[in-house]
Amino acid sequence: MGVGIEVRGLDAWYGKNQSLKSIDMTVPANHVTAVIGPSGCGKSTFVRCLNRMHETIPDAYAEGSVKVGEMDVYGSGSDPVEVRRRIGMVFQKPNPFPTMSIYDNVAAGLKLNGFRNRKQTAELVERSLKLAALWDEVKDNLHKKSGASLSGGQQQRLCIARALAVEPEVLLMDEPASALDPISTSKIEELIFQLKQHYTVVIVTHNMQQAARVAELTGFFLMGSLIEYDKTEKIFTAPADKRTEDYVTGRFG
Amino acid sequence: MRSRFQQGLDELKEKLLRMGGLAEQAIDRATEAYRTRDSKFCQMVLTGESAINDAEREIDELALDLLAMKQPMAVDLRFILAVLKINADLERVGDQAVNIAQRVLDLISEPEIALPVDIPRMADGVSTMVQRALESFLDGKAEVAEAVLQMDGIVDRMKDEAFVNLVQKMHDDPACTRQALDVLLIARNLERIADHATNIAEDVIFWVRGADVRHGGAHYRE
Repeated sequence: MGVGIEVRGLDAWYGKNQSLKSIDMTVPANHVTAVIGPSGCGKSTFVRCLNRMHETIPDAYAEGSVKVGEMDVYGSGSDPVEVRRRIGMVFQKPNPFPTMSIYDNVAAGLKLNGFRNRKQTAELVERSLKLAALWDEVKDNLHKKSGASLSGGQQQRLCIARALAVEPEVLLMDEPASALDPISTSKIEELIFQLKQHYTVVIVTHNMQQAARVAELTGFFLMGSLIEYDKTEKIFTAPADKRTEDYVTGRFG
Repeated sequence: MRSRFQQGLDELKEKLLRMGGLAEQAIDRATEAYRTRDSKFCQMVLTGESAINDAEREIDELALDLLAMKQPMAVDLRFILAVLKINADLERVGDQAVNIAQRVLDLISEPEIALPVDIPRMADGVSTMVQRALESFLDGKAEVAEAVLQMDGIVDRMKDEAFVNLVQKMHDDPACTRQALDVLLIARNLERIADHATNIAEDVIFWVRGADVRHGGAHYRE
């Protein structure tokens, strides 16, 4: 099951440049929450802070509190590897391991986490591919075909399956459908809706219609600040803040 | 520079205001027909209806295109929804004006008699409501729209009064039943036009403030 996320006073920096300013945000468990905003507003930085991916960039660091369920992400003794296992991430461009088979792609995370039981690995691979709505399309070629041989949409669902295999509680998605055609996008969006039964999903998107279609809650970021965070219907029909309205109606800038 | 989308919204607004002008003209002509008993004005209302119907179709089409092609959000989405609803109300205003014109044609065919009702006064009030509702739409002024809502009660009372007086007249003098019935129906048509003006005002408030004020009270999305 998914867990909720509590963000309090989160600041993020790239060297001397502050990219997030005192973000407070409560993401409910088993919901889809969208993060929107113009380029450079800090939305990607925000989700990367949730699983400590931000600090993998040289000179980048974050301060503040992020709690995912009972786990204190930035607490002393917090292990970034364990954090990233529990908070999976899917990126804009599908990035399967090109030389690995479909099966090995999904099992990769398990192996990295020291998982050695072959029977259970096979079960987890199948479960993950089913959750990612890819199983029926690849089940006959699991070991024969490489991840790179799949279409773009299939590759992205493969990456989702890979993220799910290590049984995370939260799934972060950074523009997961921006490189896909409308049919693949529609499949991914339907999948996101299904996944919330088991996971808490946070999705960064430039596509406001996509946010409107998949998310129950939407946060609007601007210049590193969270300007408005509310039910998606409200954000897209009657936002409270003029800056949100200017952005969602395309009047921004 | 206004974007192509903004230009589309401007065009939609302009078309709706032009249609509003046609609907207002239809009310004024129907009232003039009643006042002067001149069938020429009735004919003008009847022939003018097709222009209102054409405008309705054109506005629906443009609104649909903007929804499909531009996928508007927030205030723009509310504006287009308001336009679609106002469009339907204005078309109904045109229909009510036609109904009045038909009743007047019937009245003209009968001897003129004095009836205890001031239709021109009621028509003035109704016409003002439509005018102000359209003005609130033109300028996006919710406070003007609110004033329109207040006026609806006055027109309702005028209609109720007309009903009581005309029914009494028919009872007292059955020979004038036909004329009294025509005028009673005209009063009802006018009252319905006032209802449409009220709807238009409510839609303007929804567009401007994002609040649903139909059926009393203001409901804001939570």
